[in-house]
Amino acid sequence: MAIKKEKVDVVMVGLGWTGSILGQELTEAGLQVLALERGAMRDTNTDTPYPKAVDELKYAVRGALFQDLSRETVTIRHGVGDTAVPYRQHGSFLLGDGVGGAGFHWNGMMYRNLPEELEMRSHHEQRYGKKFIPPDMTIQDHGVTYAELEPFYDFAEKVFGTSGKAGNIKGKIVTGGNPLEAARSNEFPLPPLTYNYGATLVEKAMRESGFNPYPTPAANASQAFTNPYGVRLGPCNYCGFCENFGCYMYSKASPQTTILPVLLKKKNFELRTHSHVIKVNLDSTGKKATGVTYIDAQGREVEQPADLVLLTAFQIHNVRLLLLSGIGKPYDPQTGEGVVGKNFAYQYNGGINVLMPKGTQFNPFVGTGAGGVGMDDLNADQFDHGPLGFIGGASIRHVRYGGRPIKQTVTVPGTPNWGTEWKAGVQDAYQRYLTIGLSGSVMAYRDAYLSLDPTYRDSTGQPLLRMTFNWHENEHKMLDYIGNRMEAVGNAMKPEKVFKAVRKAGSSYDVRPYQSTHLTGGAIMGTNPKNSVVNRYLQSWDVSNVFVYGASAFPQNMGYNPTGLVAALAYWSAKAIREQYLKNPGPLVQA
Amino acid sequence: MRQVLAIVPATTLGGATAVAVSQTASAETAGPARNYEPTFFTAPEWAFIHAAVDLLIPSDNIGAGAIETGVPEFLDRQMETPYGYGKLWYMQGPFHTDLPPELGYQLSLAPRDIYRHGIAACNAYCQKTHGKVFAELDKSLQTATLKAMEGAKIEFDAVPAKTFFSFLLTNSKEGYFADPMYGGNQNMGGWKMVGFPGARADFADWVDQYNTKYPYGPVSISGAKG
Repeated sequence: MAIKKEKVDVVMVGLGWTGSILGQELTEAGLQVLALERGAMRDTNTDTPYPKAVDELKYAVRGALFQDLSRETVTIRHGVGDTAVPYRQHGSFLLGDGVGGAGFHWNGMMYRNLPEELEMRSHHEQRYGKKFIPPDMTIQDHGVTYAELEPFYDFAEKVFGTSGKAGNIKGKIVTGGNPLEAARSNEFPLPPLTYNYGATLVEKAMRESGFNPYPTPAANASQAFTNPYGVRLGPCNYCGFCENFGCYMYSKASPQTTILPVLLKKKNFELRTHSHVIKVNLDSTGKKATGVTYIDAQGREVEQPADLVLLTAFQIHNVRLLLLSGIGKPYDPQTGEGVVGKNFAYQYNGGINVLMPKGTQFNPFVGTGAGGVGMDDLNADQFDHGPLGFIGGASIRHVRYGGRPIKQTVTVPGTPNWGTEWKAGVQDAYQRYLTIGLSGSVMAYRDAYLSLDPTYRDSTGQPLLRMTFNWHENEHKMLDYIGNRMEAVGNAMKPEKVFKAVRKAGSSYDVRPYQSTHLTGGAIMGTNPKNSVVNRYLQSWDVSNVFVYGASAFPQNMGYNPTGLVAALAYWSAKAIREQYLKNPGPLVQA
Repeated sequence: MRQVLAIVPATTLGGATAVAVSQTASAETAGPARNYEPTFFTAPEWAFIHAAVDLLIPSDNIGAGAIETGVPEFLDRQMETPYGYGKLWYMQGPFHTDLPPELGYQLSLAPRDIYRHGIAACNAYCQKTHGKVFAELDKSLQTATLKAMEGAKIEFDAVPAKTFFSFLLTNSKEGYFADPMYGGNQNMGGWKMVGFPGARADFADWVDQYNTKYPYGPVSISGAKG
């Protein structure tokens, strides 16, 4: 017999970024909120103080902050007819674990999307005609516009203590920022992080090549800062241990450094760690959730009743929980019917690697998670795609993350992997090699989706989530074009040599090397229940007291990092719950 | 914050004194690795490990090598960790080993198994082909054997030769470059080779010193200076 707990107003599944935002917003509205987090509590002073935090082997290599794959992972296959096999070791993407989730070990890249990215189908049909979008490309509009989200981006940037430089305030172009960005209501809360030497060289070369470089927006505080909740961030000290690590300086925005110090003290908020939700429970009609069932630290099944159920876990976990709970119709790639699992997307990345002349001193160990130089001239639909025959683009940046010796001592192509020549290659490249990263968008396709695996199970006996995914010609063409344009920027730096690192057309998705943790889709938002899992407020079309947060809502993926949009959507949805749903519980959009 | 200041004196306190200390420290030559009795590796395996890592990361005029920095100790100690036992990986079957490499590691073997089977298979191959185990071959034959494993030119039954080589190389570099607390990178020889300042991790006053050599040697997490 399951243990049954007392009913709460709101139960949230997972306490990372979206859980922290929703917890803060809904406790402010006076609701009793319970967060069920399957991992452990973690915090800066207890888990990642200096010097314990700067341990490359423990964190970046063995992945102390990552999801324990021995208990649960995903399976992956390239095609609909293939057998999927488990993602047994961390590689291509690095899933989070515990309180804060991946938001505790991320870089802090805090972008706003470009307006056309929220209206992908209608924008491209209007500009290029309906035939421009290939038939198997299932891109669609989010159902919410940039103008609607702007105030929520603005607030999220303040909560995160974001460093950057505005390029367009209320339609007025501002020198020093990104002139291609959509209009924003305010300047960034903090000035940009300082460019290192490499960034100054890239900035100059981008400008000489006719592009518009700008300081990348970073949720790494460039100065001490107090956010709207009264939580203080410390100034980033360029330690070079950001992504994969907890920030010992309290500079990188994480739930721990921006929201939890306030939220965890509230009387109407409760956190239960080691509480692994296995199902959202529905009533006999299947139209209303009654709460969730979870497995507690002792392995007991516990039923937690609630009026409102918020899925605030990472993208793949949200989608899996919907499938395990029978909420929404699972997507079928044969018929194109169903929605849950539909439009799984990723990112298609490459780089321009530049070897500067001998004697150059980059001091690569001086690094941040997100501060550097970027450009948007080749992102989204900022350039004419008509003659090019592809959709999408890349956010482009040079950010020096660090010079950590195990994972960041890159050698130039052709260098042997061991022996004296390898050592010579490492020593030579360390001070004079840099990368301009190309972070490419990935469109949605009929044959890229998420479903439950028929064979493999997690440690509780439930089916793993299965990814069916491979690259498509559109993305190969996109990065081929951008790689060539950016090779010219590399050459403008007057280097000894430039190496273009762009995948060959026809190559398959490789799960081994790290690419990005920007997995999207599967519980996508949209304008009607036939094409989406949730409405524009992230409310389930099928079960109106279930809301689903995170990048699972993206109908396709952008070149930008997702956290800015994830946070803005969470605040946007929170407002709709507070101002509309609570007054009149039920669907916020009529199907 | 007191601890931070105590352990990172050079950049925060700055000045000529710190530079002088650092230069003195980096001028000392690293001796051989400290004595260590392996827990996991048997005597013949230990001989193999020493011979192999000495070729993967040799001691030369570029910097310290794997032997003097204690890479064998690192490898042995890693075998006793959850990583060594394969506890960090999803290890439930079925195991499909005939799929494209892009789908990632699909063997049922933990690192301990890979080393145990791999060393035995390599020694058996060397014995059969050259009449001696790997550690007793001359360096040119050892190098040729490692290259053949790396390029999958030879095949072992118990574990793919290329997979075994890949673990040996990856873990050796980890030991060479990880904090010395894990047994390798002794005297911070790996960090000095590349010019990495270790656990200093505080560069607010260095980010805008363009194209200037950073003057301080490494420190470890324990606070030792290299």
